Amino acid sequence: MSKHDVHMEHIDRDTGKLGMWIFLFTEMFLFGGLFLVYAVFRNGHSEDFHAAADDLNTFIGTMNTVFLLTSSLTVAMAISAVQKNDNVLAFRLVIITLLLATLFMADKYIEWSHEFRSGIYPGSQVLKNMPHGELLFFGLYFMMTGLHALHVFIGMILLTVSLIKIRKGNINYEHYLLFENSGLYWHLVDLIWIFLFPLLYLVT
Amino acid sequence: MKNTDTHGSGYAVYAIVLVVLLVLTTLSVVITSVHLGAFTVGFALLIAVIKVGAVISFFMHLRSENRFLKLAVAGVFTLYGLVVVITFIDYLFR
Amino acid sequence: MAADEKEPYTSFLEHKGSHHGIWSWLMSTDHKKIGLMYFYVIAAFFFIGATLGVLMRTELIAQGETIMGPQTYNGFFTVHGIIMIFIIVIPGLSVIFGNFFLPILIGARDVAFPKLNLLSFYLFVTGALLAVISQFTGDGPPDTGWSFYVPYSVKSATNVIFALTAAFILGFSSILTGLNFIVTTHRMRAPGMTFFRMPLFPWSIYATAWIQVLATPIIGITLLMVIAERVFNIGFFDPALGGDPVLYQHLFWIYSHPAVYIMILPAMGVVTEIFPTFSQKPVFGYVAIAISSLAIAFIGYFVWGHHMFTSGTSYLSRLFFSLLTFLVAVPSAIKVFNWLSTMYGGSIDLKPPLLYAIGFIFLFAIGGFTGLIQGALATNIQVHDTSFVVAHFHYIIFGGMGFAAFAGIHYWFPKMFGKMYNIKIANIAFAIIFTGFNFLYFPQLIIGIQGMPRRYFDYLPQFTPGQVVSSIGAYILVTGLLMMLINLLYAGRKGAKASANPWHGVTLEWKIPSPPPVENFDTLPEITGRPYNFDENLKNN
Repeated sequence: MSKHDVHMEHIDRDTGKLGMWIFLFTEMFLFGGLFLVYAVFRNGHSEDFHAAADDLNTFIGTMNTVFLLTSSLTVAMAISAVQKNDNVLAFRLVIITLLLATLFMADKYIEWSHEFRSGIYPGSQVLKNMPHGELLFFGLYFMMTGLHALHVFIGMILLTVSLIKIRKGNINYEHYLLFENSGLYWHLVDLIWIFLFPLLYLVT
Repeated sequence: MKNTDTHGSGYAVYAIVLVVLLVLTTLSVVITSVHLGAFTVGFALLIAVIKVGAVISFFMHLRSENRFLKLAVAGVFTLYGLVVVITFIDYLFR
Repeated sequence: MAADEKEPYTSFLEHKGSHHGIWSWLMSTDHKKIGLMYFYVIAAFFFIGATLGVLMRTELIAQGETIMGPQTYNGFFTVHGIIMIFIIVIPGLSVIFGNFFLPILIGARDVAFPKLNLLSFYLFVTGALLAVISQFTGDGPPDTGWSFYVPYSVKSATNVIFALTAAFILGFSSILTGLNFIVTTHRMRAPGMTFFRMPLFPWSIYATAWIQVLATPIIGITLLMVIAERVFNIGFFDPALGGDPVLYQHLFWIYSHPAVYIMILPAMGVVTEIFPTFSQKPVFGYVAIAISSLAIAFIGYFVWGHHMFTSGTSYLSRLFFSLLTFLVAVPSAIKVFNWLSTMYGGSIDLKPPLLYAIGFIFLFAIGGFTGLIQGALATNIQVHDTSFVVAHFHYIIFGGMGFAAFAGIHYWFPKMFGKMYNIKIANIAFAIIFTGFNFLYFPQLIIGIQGMPRRYFDYLPQFTPGQVVSSIGAYILVTGLLMMLINLLYAGRKGAKASANPWHGVTLEWKIPSPPPVENFDTLPEITGRPYNFDENLKNN
């Protein structure tokens, strides 16, 4: 029977992990382009960047950092739990991870709504009246946090799929590549935020 | 299944790493509210780099991965860094 | 494992899986079928792109408006570039021959992620269709050039966002293919096949895959930024809002320069397979060629600013990029030296693959030398944005990668389809193509130096002789291309049955039947030494 007739091919764990790591490299370069733009404009408008960053709520940003860092912990622990054949614990840990992710997204929603209500959004008149550097800062802020939030959302979907499979036992101590890779993806989301946080919120 | 350890780290190790990460986060918030001028960004970024290193090594298990992957991760960051530096050869010397 | 035609077997073309009819192709995760599907789509787009080129040359055969006005002409060179670059030459040799032959040459049954491979194909087709649709919807076909420079790409009223989205999706397809090939090379090699026992085509695919994975995301995010400019007026590239158009150029070329190495590295890999076979001699300098492939990929990341010498970048940066540009030429030159040395003293068999490969060296060399002229700061000012540049990149891409593609097609055609084409007609087609090619592009080098700008639909009277010769060259070239196409189409239908090893090659693809069976190998081969060992052929002679 040909390999190609088998629908649920089990990919070797090391092979699958290598593939995910390489995919993470592409994500790093994707955000890297935005970080490069940030660096160039920060270099040219450092005072404006300081002024604009003051408008951001450092407390919310810090809370979001705490949420994501903790969620990285819980997902790493969940994978260990699966490896130790403890699907019940793993299930609970993934729930907590998703909860923390939801809190992150809720915070983002609060921040963005506040900014929109203040007339701060790409193309707005308020931004046009600001000094150029501040306009550029907010352009970067929205694009970077927006793209990041999209990735948080994708990560949440991957983790939810994993959650269902953990519950059903399809993810278990013998076969957990999908979950491991979802974890890696989730950590990437955390990594990007670790850089975003100081660059956007701690520019003072 | 060679090259990768199937036992992950213990829960305790992960928890310690998180504590370290939270401490570093607090540090970066505190440091940047103290005015150190041009070095403020440098410090904040340095702390970010350490945090990223911790997440990659421990949560993402790079520590127990094979040599090629470690090299690849280092290579990717290096390549990106070079691209940024070279771009600034333009912007800093106009 | 022996290429024994007396033993009955099912070729991959006849294999009956769980799908029937056309679905056995469209739902196939067999790397060979995926490679051929890419081949057919890319070949079709090549003739569309070539037609656009011929029409542009017809416009340029005389001064003033000949068959189209300036707006139409701008749309033509834009879509010609988008098709040729994003749909044909960037994916081209990787997705066709990389897909078909990478697993076979490393002794594997398929790539690491066959389903992802099929997804890459569907993303590719989606992007290609969007590029076509962008021509017929909205406010007119994009007229920005394939490079989408700001500020015009933000201001142009034409259907730019469609084209940007198409390019984005095509880029995603490229990333996934590159990812697949890297993992395949690391994890699927046959027992005993270390990296330095791989043939050189897999080496080139591997080096290329790293570029695909690490450079393409940058163009992805850049295209998103242009969309954000158009839709949200985000300001990154708008000087009125503090943005910087030159920053766009940096970002664009940070990808698009490595992209040209995505185009050429597999091409070099193809000819590196052909030279030893048709000289019946091992490749000269195997390690040098392998390392050079990696060196080209690596150094190629650091030369992008040579597209921007007249954009107002700093002097130091121009010096840096010029120096690195000269440096990156060195590993390519090493390869040329090694190819020639491979042929020297060999038992030369002037079949079509070798003719195209030799043509490749000649045309690639011209392309390379003209590249150095552009890489030198002073001469760059004279030739930037002229026909000289157009001729340069056509020599490299078409004369280089294109001829290598034709070489690869003529080399591997009998293996892929189990049929042989008419050698004589193929040779004649080669001669016509080679002649037409040089008549088409050499005059453009001359009038470029004399001041003929690129992307202009009209020109001053002094350029008329050069333009006329060039256009006639285009017609000759196309005649040759059609002859080549018809020859191959006929062979596909009614060609003589090909043996497993018509060219007496010694790499793994020649040890399996033509066409290969679905799983490539009955038993996976065990590799015990370096490739290109022709001793067995000498014994049999």
